[in-house]
Formats: sequence, C-alpha cells, structure tokens
Amino acid sequence: MNAAAANPNLLVQVEGLHTYYGKSHILDGVSLEVAPGEVVGLLGRNGVGKSTTLKSIMGLVQPTQGEVLLEGKSITGLPPHHLARLGIGYVPEDRRIFRLLTVMENLRTGLDRNGVTAERRAALLDKAFSYFPRLAERRAQAGGTLSGGEQQMLAIARAMMLEPKIILLDEPTEGLMPSMVSQIRKIIDVLHQEGVAILLVEQNVPLTLEASQRVYIMEKGCVRHHCAASDIKVDDPVIKQYLGV
Amino acid sequence: MADFFQNIPFDLLLIQTVNGIVTGLILALVASGLTLIFGIMDVVNFAHGELFMMGAYLGVVVLATTGNFWLALVVATLLIAILGGALQILTLKPLIGRDPLNTILATFGISLILQNFALWEFGPVSRKIEEPIGAYFTLFYLQYPWYRIVIAALAVAIIGGFWLFLKYSKFGVWIRATTQDRVMAQAMGIPVPWVYTGVFAIGAAMAGASGVLFGPLGSINHTMGLDWVLKAFIVVVVGGMGNLGGSIAAAIFISLLEAYASIWVSPAQAVIVSFVVLILTLLFRPTGLFVATPK
Amino acid sequence: MTIAPLEKTMPVGKTRLSHATLFWGGFCVVMALLIVAPLVLPVFWAKFLTEILIWGLLAMSSDLLIGYTGMISFGHSAFFGLGMYGAAGALLHTSPPNLWLAILAGLAGAAGAALFVAYFSTRLRDIYFAITTLIFSQIFYVIIFTWTSVTGGENGLIFTRPHFAIPYLFDIRFTPPVMHWFVVALVAGSYLLLRRITRSPFGMVLQSIRENEARTRAIGYPVQQYKIVSVMLSGVFAGLAGALYAIQNEFAAPDFVFFVTSGDTVIFNVLGGIGTLVGPIVGAGFFQLLRELLSRIFGDQFPYLIPLGMVFILMVIFLPQGLLGFARRWLNK
Repeated sequence: MNAAAANPNLLVQVEGLHTYYGKSHILDGVSLEVAPGEVVGLLGRNGVGKSTTLKSIMGLVQPTQGEVLLEGKSITGLPPHHLARLGIGYVPEDRRIFRLLTVMENLRTGLDRNGVTAERRAALLDKAFSYFPRLAERRAQAGGTLSGGEQQMLAIARAMMLEPKIILLDEPTEGLMPSMVSQIRKIIDVLHQEGVAILLVEQNVPLTLEASQRVYIMEKGCVRHHCAASDIKVDDPVIKQYLGV
Repeated sequence: MADFFQNIPFDLLLIQTVNGIVTGLILALVASGLTLIFGIMDVVNFAHGELFMMGAYLGVVVLATTGNFWLALVVATLLIAILGGALQILTLKPLIGRDPLNTILATFGISLILQNFALWEFGPVSRKIEEPIGAYFTLFYLQYPWYRIVIAALAVAIIGGFWLFLKYSKFGVWIRATTQDRVMAQAMGIPVPWVYTGVFAIGAAMAGASGVLFGPLGSINHTMGLDWVLKAFIVVVVGGMGNLGGSIAAAIFISLLEAYASIWVSPAQAVIVSFVVLILTLLFRPTGLFVATPK
Repeated sequence: MTIAPLEKTMPVGKTRLSHATLFWGGFCVVMALLIVAPLVLPVFWAKFLTEILIWGLLAMSSDLLIGYTGMISFGHSAFFGLGMYGAAGALLHTSPPNLWLAILAGLAGAAGAALFVAYFSTRLRDIYFAITTLIFSQIFYVIIFTWTSVTGGENGLIFTRPHFAIPYLFDIRFTPPVMHWFVVALVAGSYLLLRRITRSPFGMVLQSIRENEARTRAIGYPVQQYKIVSVMLSGVFAGLAGALYAIQNEFAAPDFVFFVTSGDTVIFNVLGGIGTLVGPIVGAGFFQLLRELLSRIFGDQFPYLIPLGMVFILMVIFLPQGLLGFARRWLNK
C-alpha cells in the first residue's frame, strides 16, 4: 500500500484488508473510510464479513494483508488495548458485558485510564447515567442480571467511558424490542452530535439509512457499493440486490 | 473404654488443633496464590513451592542483616514479587496462547533452577528463622506461643487484604474483567499482558510471604518447596478448583488432620493424610469437598 | 489404513528408497553401533551408555503418554521405583535368584502401581492429571521410605545380580558387556513393540484422544478406559526400566522413587522430542552427556541443573518439538 494514501484528515481508513479464519478468506480486499464525527453504515447479508471488518480494525483479528490507519497513522497489528486507548471503542455483536461485574464496575473498566481526573470520571459517569437512566437504577447489580436491552445500553455506555473518537457498533439493535431500537437510534444521534464517529454494522436497513451520512454495502468479503445515505432508499434495487432474500 | 478416653492426649489435641489452624492458614495463603495464577492465567505454577522456599531463605537473609522479622517479611515478599514478575515476562509470556502443557514444563524448569540455586547458595543444611516474639500465653491450662497466633493473623490479614484488593481496587477490577472475558478486557483498554504479569507477581508474593511466615515454625531447606506445592495442589483440588473460600476451608481441614495424625505417627507419614483426603475426594466428590453442590 | 502412494514402495526413475528401507536401515546401523560399543569404548563410557539406554527406556515409556495420548505424567518415578523394588524383592527372596522372575516381579509391581494411579488420575483432565500422578507417586515414595521392614527404608535393598540363564540352554554371568547387550536387546525390543502399539488401531485412538478428546468421546470411544490402558502400558515399560536398573546396579533405593526421577523423565522427553519414541532416548543421552561435561569442566559441586534447567526452558519456548522433533512424522509413518 502506498503511504501517499494516508490521509490525516480522515479518522479511520481501511485499505485493501485481507483476513482469513483458518482457510476461509473472509475479507477479500476491504477498503472504507470514516471521517471525524461521521456516522457510516456498513450493510450486507450475514456472513459477508461486516463483523470481521470491525474486528480487524479493533485488532481482535489480524489481517494478512492491507492496512488500517487512524488519523493517517498505521495501526495495523497493534494490540486491542492500545487501540482502545488511542480512541477506538468497540461494542461487539453479543454485547459481551462483564457478567460478573456490577454495572458500575463495567463502566469502571473504561474509566480507569491514565490521565483521567476524578472530576472527569464523575462527569463521564453522570453522562452515562443521564443517557441511560436504567443503568443508574441498576448500578450495583451484576451485569449478567440485566435484560438484553439493558446489556446493550451498558455495552454502549461502557465504550463511551473511553471517550473514543470512533465507536465500532456491531448490530446494536439485534434482538431488541422496538422501544429499545428507537432508544439506540437516539443514542447514535446524540453521539453524532457530540462529534463521536460511528461505524455502524446493522441488519436494520431503514435505521441505518436514517442514522448514517454514508453507507457501504458489502458482499462476499468486499465493498460492492458506496454512496451517501440520502442517495438511496430502502426499496432501491441496489439494496434488494445485496440485501434481499 | 474408660481406658481409651484416659489415653487420649487432650493436651496434645488442643495444641495440635491450634497448630493445625496456624499451618492451615499459611497453607491457605500458598494455595490462594496458586489458585489465583491458575484461575486467571490458566498456568499451573510448578515453581510455586520454590517461590515459597526462596521467600523463606530471603527472610533468613534479611533477618540476619537487619534483625527485624517484620522487615524481613515485607522485603522478602516484595523481592519474590519482583522475581515472579521477571520470571513471567521471561519464560511465560512467550508461551501465551500455546498449549497449557508448555507452561507446566516451563514452570517445572523454573522450579529446577530455583531449587538448585538455593542448594548452591545456601547449602544443604537447614536454616531456621528465629521466633519474632518470645512470649507465651495461656491457652486454657497450657502455654502457647504468641508468635504462632500472630503468624496466623498475618496470613488471614494478607488473604483478606487480597480479597478486598480484588473486589475494590482498579487492578482488582482489571483482573476480574480479564478472567471473565480476556478479549473484551483488551477492547476496554486493559493491558492484559501486563495483568498477567501482575497476577503472577501477586501469586508469587503470596508464596514468598507464606515462606517467611512459616520460617519460625519449621526448618528451611532447598527441598521444602515440593511438599508445600503438593499440599497446595491437593488443597486446590479438594477445595474445588478456583474456589477461594473452598481452598481456605480445605487447607485448614487438611492441616488439622495432619496435625492430629502426627500425634501418633511420624511427620513423614502424617503427610499420607492429605493424600488420603485427595483420594477420597476424587472418588466421591471430584468437584471438591467444600463445594456446595457437586457438578 | 490408507493406500500408500505408489512412489513410496516402487522406485521411480532415479532410485528412491522406500520409507521402510530407510527406517530399517537406520535401525540396523544404530543397533550395530550399540552392540559394538562395549567392545570399543572404555569401561566408563560403556557403562554410561548402558545407563542412558535404561533411562531412555523410562523416558520412552513416558512418551506413550505425553507424545501419543497427550497426557503429561509426573508419576513415572513410582512405576520405575516399583519395577526396581519388585525386581529387588524377587532377587532377595528366591533362591537361586532368577533373572526372569525378577523382571516379571518388577513388571507386575509397576503394573499394579500404574493401575492404581490410572484409576484415580484419569478422572481428571490434562493439568490435574499431571498433578495427581505426581501426588500418587509421592504416596509410593512415602510408603517405600517409611516401610523399612519390607523396603529397607532409607537405605534401600542390596542384592547380587542373577545369572543370565535360560533353563536347559545356557547360564552365564552378567559381565558388563553381556549386561549391555541384554539391555540393548530389551530396549530395542521395547521400542519395536511400542512402535507397533502406536501404529495399531489402539494407538490411533490414543492419538485421536491427544488431538481432540471431546470429539473422540463423542464418536463413542470409552476414552477413560483407553487412558487407563495407556497409563498401564506406559507403567509396565517404565517398570522394565526400573527392573533393569536394579539388576545392573545391584541395589534399590528410595531416591529413585522420589519426584526427581519423574522430573528427569519429563526433561528427557522434552529435550529429545515427544511423540517420536526414540527422541526421549536421545534426550536422556543429551542430558547425561551435558551433565557429565559440566561436572568435568566445573567440578562435582557445580549445580549443573541450573544451566540445564535454562536449556530446558529455552527448548520449551523455542524448540518445543525437541531435538528429534523434525523427524517426528517420519518416525511415525
């Protein structure tokens, strides 16, 4: 990859990523970019490599080829805990909150960073609890006792505690009731207003098109279509082609 | 029948009960370190007994230089913690992700080196740590040394302190998060490789501290590690693997039985007691004697 | 078994030796060297070699567990020790002392110990198996060490070597060369037997257990039974080594039942290469040679186990397949 492609004005750049699971060639040259504060959607059927793309960015899976750049600097191959501290937040598909830790302790894992003053910590906690009042009620409860929707809230709140520049959101509305889904929608908007970029992987096409500025559509391990979210409607033939049953 | 009752040495039983509890608490501390390392890092620390032994020897050295038992305890514990951390970085970090059998072998290698180093450095003759407190008190109608009670109290304090640390401190949260979900812990910015080093260092510190605490109770020599690590393993199995509370109960239980047994048989044979307990546990309650319901 | 590709058995174009030819050729060369050894080597080294073979046999027995079933045992000192004491017992209590009875007694003792240990430790997986074998071998140590009336306690047992005799055929004394050849024969025989076992259907199941125990169980194999048999086989060969050691050295001592012997066994396995059967013998040789070398350069008191321990750890990290690991596939074909 040429270094000339590195653009410090872009928050995240993914260039020609190839990733394998054993012998499976999951990512076959994925390229995308996210500008600071942008909400970018990543659509596609199950198994096309959307989650793997997020995992590759987060360093949870090592690509065999290609690069990931953060603000113009290469972060390919860096360990996940390093990336978290550089400002990438990750909310995985199955939430994966720490079930035996309390809500408070879950949030603490993001708060206990170097250079965060006690006031900052308190402010961040307040923010989390104001956005997610349910979590405030349950702050001393073990994560595993929360409902599915509450766990999703916790997973997002936890990532927010990192004060990330970008949050990688993997299918946040999966398995949630409509009331929860609209809450997620609101959170995405709020985060966007705060200037946090979001790379949103979703199966819920209407929500994605509403919430994002741009969308990528993936199929078989690479990006097939890319446009502004406003340029495309739910019943667009492109959508039908890549996402239809 | 009355004869039998007259022959039971009540004095001895009483003393051995307290002795058993004291030794049991030290054993509990050793076993806690072992369980910690195994539970969090999936590493069977074969060298745990040698860390205990080195702690005891370091205690001897510091005591000889400063004359202060408490200083010896603190310094030896710190030094063993550092030793543990260094050993983990050098030999166990490269093995992360490999078959756990590799770590058994690596820690076994470490135990060889430490044991022979101790033999080389300190010689084959046993050492002893002087009792830090000479006073005795009256236990019912017998005289019992205060220092043993103090040692037991210290063991409890260390275990308790560690438990509090695990529950409330930042590093404690990190450890618990890493145990539950290593991947997400990393995604949250927790430097998991360093957590492992820290955990090993803490486990080593617990072994080292136990060594110093045990010092005044028995003789210190380069082979003492094997006995202790074996008993610690037995405690871990009998107490229910990964069950901290169970380990403590098991440690005291086994030590009490051994203490009673040594009234009638030699210490070398009293050791069989713990083996028998292990066999019985494996036969009837393999998930642990002190676990609520067998799984 | 799968059909071997034609090339393996038929020379095509330029002569390509078949695997079997190479293997047996190599085997014969090694055997020739071993047989000639006592005639050309100075007495010390000839005896050294004999002992390496005996330790090698012990390590090889352990390889059946470590390399083929995937179970690390720290309990081989018990099997070795019981082989030793079994032989000693037979030699002390039969008159005239009978070689074959001694060996049988050793094998029986070891088998008994192995059954006992296997019954309990195979209930646990991997790591806990290793620990329980250790604990059980220590049980045997304590018993042997303290049951002075039977085992001689701390001092062990002393006896004389029996004659090498087959009734009605011949009766000769065990001079060092004869002893050496006897050991070579038994060790070579054991190797071939173990090789046969590992390549049999039974051996295949063991290897399947090593690769993926859960799947093997799911397919329907009674895994624990296979494990128990594996431990017993391993124990029997270890007992043979013990019996040979007793016969060669004319004593049985509790030191050999102590954990150190188990530890050494594991070291030989790792150094030489697990899963190769021959590797552990090489590992034993390497270890003893290094030790001899270090003590000659630095003196008797030198803690040779410190550098050896470091070499061991380095091998675990950087060369986990051991010295002969590269030949593992080839040796098992």
